[in-house]
This record gives sequence, C-alpha cells and structure tokens, in this order.
Amino acid sequence: MVCKKCSTTPVIKLSNSNISLCKSCFVRYFEKKVFKTIRTYNLIEDNDHLGVAVSGGKDSTTLLYLLNKLIKDRKDIKLTGIAIDEGIEGYRDKSLEFLKSFCDKNKVNLKIFSYKDAFGKSLDSILKSNKSIIPCSVCGVFRRYLLNKNSKELGFTKLATGHNLDDEAQTVLMNYFRRNIKVSARLGPITGVMNNSKFIKRIKPLYFMTEKEVTTYAYLKGFVDKYMECPNDSDSYRAQVRDMLNGFEAKYPGTKHSIITSFLEILPLLKNNIEYKDVIKNCSICNEPCSQDICQACKYVESLVKN
Amino acid sequence: MKVFIERTNEHREVKAETVRELLELLEINPTTVIVARNNELVIDNTKLNRRDSIKILSVISGG
Repeated sequence: MVCKKCSTTPVIKLSNSNISLCKSCFVRYFEKKVFKTIRTYNLIEDNDHLGVAVSGGKDSTTLLYLLNKLIKDRKDIKLTGIAIDEGIEGYRDKSLEFLKSFCDKNKVNLKIFSYKDAFGKSLDSILKSNKSIIPCSVCGVFRRYLLNKNSKELGFTKLATGHNLDDEAQTVLMNYFRRNIKVSARLGPITGVMNNSKFIKRIKPLYFMTEKEVTTYAYLKGFVDKYMECPNDSDSYRAQVRDMLNGFEAKYPGTKHSIITSFLEILPLLKNNIEYKDVIKNCSICNEPCSQDICQACKYVESLVKN
Repeated sequence: MKVFIERTNEHREVKAETVRELLELLEINPTTVIVARNNELVIDNTKLNRRDSIKILSVISGG
C-alpha cells in the first residue's frame, strides 16, 4: 500500500476511510482539517485572547503548536498557555518540565496554577489521607474550577482544550450510560454557556482528529516525550469506556466517527431543549458560578482538604 | 526482531512477517498504538525483517 496522494511510503491508514498517507501528506491533511474545524465552527474571532489548556501531553502540545502557528501573523489575537499542577509526583512534574521547555522554545507565555496554592494540598496529599475517594472525580472538579476561574482573571475570551474525537466519543457514551444527557448538551466543538460571563467558552480545535492521528502528528513533529500515564487513571470509568470503544473500533473501523457524526446531528435539539434550564448561582463561599448554593470544589475542600 | 513496547516499558524478541501479525502476537489492539520501524512510522501491512528495530508507542493519553 502507498500514499493515496503521492504514492510514497505511508505512515498512517485513516480509520474512517481506507486511505493511507505519507508523512508530508498526512501533516498537510491534519493541519488542513484542524484549521477547517476552526473556520467552520468560528472557534477563533478577531481580537480574541486565547487561553490554551496545556499539560505537556501530546494532545495539548499539538494544539498549542497549531494555534501558535495559525495566529502568528495576527497582531489582534493573543495566546497564553495555562497549565494546572495537580501535584502528582513522578507524573505531572515531568510533563510540566517538558511543557516549560516547549513554551520557551516556541515563545509562548505560560501560566501555571497548582492545587496546593489554590486549595491548600496537592492531589497526592489529598489521596493519601482519603483512600476511598475516586481520584478522577475530585481532580476533574478542581481542574475545571481552576481553569475557569484563572481564565477569567487572565482575561481570556476563550479557552482552547486538546480534546480529540476519541475523548468526545467516550464522553458521549459515558453520558448515555449514566443517563446524563443534560451534560451532553454542553459538548461539541464550541461549548460553554452562551452570553454568560461567569463561564469561559471552551473550544476544541482537535475535535475531529482521532487520538491515533494526533499521536502520529505529534510523533512526526517531535512533540512526543517519554510516555507517562497518570497513576490514578487505570480504573476510571472513562478508561473502561475507552477500552470498550477501542475494541469496537478495531472490529468496526469508523465507529468513533459515527458516534460523533450522529451526536452532532442531535446536538442542536439537546441545546434547544435542555441547556438553559439550569439556574446559575454564585457559590456562597468562593463566589464562582455553580448550580447549587455551594460549588463542588468548595464542598471537596471542606470534606477532603480541611479534614 | 527487537521490539520495545513503550506503555509497559518491555523489551521483547519476536518473529513476525508484518506489523499486523506482530500486534496480533503481542495481543495489542492496533487502534491504540502507532508503530515505528527504525524510528520511521509504518502501517499494519508493512513487511518486517529480523534485523528491524520496532517501537510500539501508545496513543492513549496519560490522563
């Protein structure tokens, strides 16, 4: 098999078609598709200050590189990387090291916020004294909280995240399995509660790229650092859905694309019916937006950090 | 051929004719990895030979 476009040696076979591409044709295909997503969904607008949520992993590094490349000639658009240091020894400290050197090399402004500074304890320390909690639940709440709060303080107009097609397909299925369709109404290439200044809009330029395509691009561009897996991730619900979905994809190529295409067809209905029914309040402790009187992050701080 | 599996940090010596056969022998789902032969990425029907040095890299995010 040879590259569909130029008949040289291929580096990838695309999963939703039978097309194989060589290194340079794949890089072109990848960048073209990401930039098309940005245009089609109007993810970037004049005078934006883009925050890019980065971790040093291949997805967010690829995203940061591409957005930096896209806006380099736009004087009206500003870009800042924002990273969260959960405090996971042997994992996050190493990925942040890679990230800092990447940002230095690419002249990207980077801001890092830690759980320890914001909540008083690192994730490692919280888990040590609370052995029965599900790490990903707490970590997800704290990470989203810090990203939203600090994005507003830094003046971002949008926050770009490295979510890819695999991530989104997993989330769609998880929400079905847990009868959590209301949460799915907030998904899509551009998310966030419209016209509400308490929430920063999230954009996902890698929305239509599979995890395999992102890894291939990152490898070819030299963004793949030593593989590291979060030590708390292996038993998560998401990890189980991911493994199941990958099993399906191997047997029935194109499954993940079909999930996303079908989901995007019903997304407008979900948004019209459900999204604005939530009443947004302000947390009585921290004043951040939430749906109850006290936000989940403050509840966790009370029960897990101050105990 | 010499095979390095990045996710488990394992070095193996394996005999296989193609990338597809190699992944089947190692019971690795091809959608979860990319494969490099002598540091160049290859696809599943690529023929391998015993002097090749293979790296199997995980595409799954670390969390």
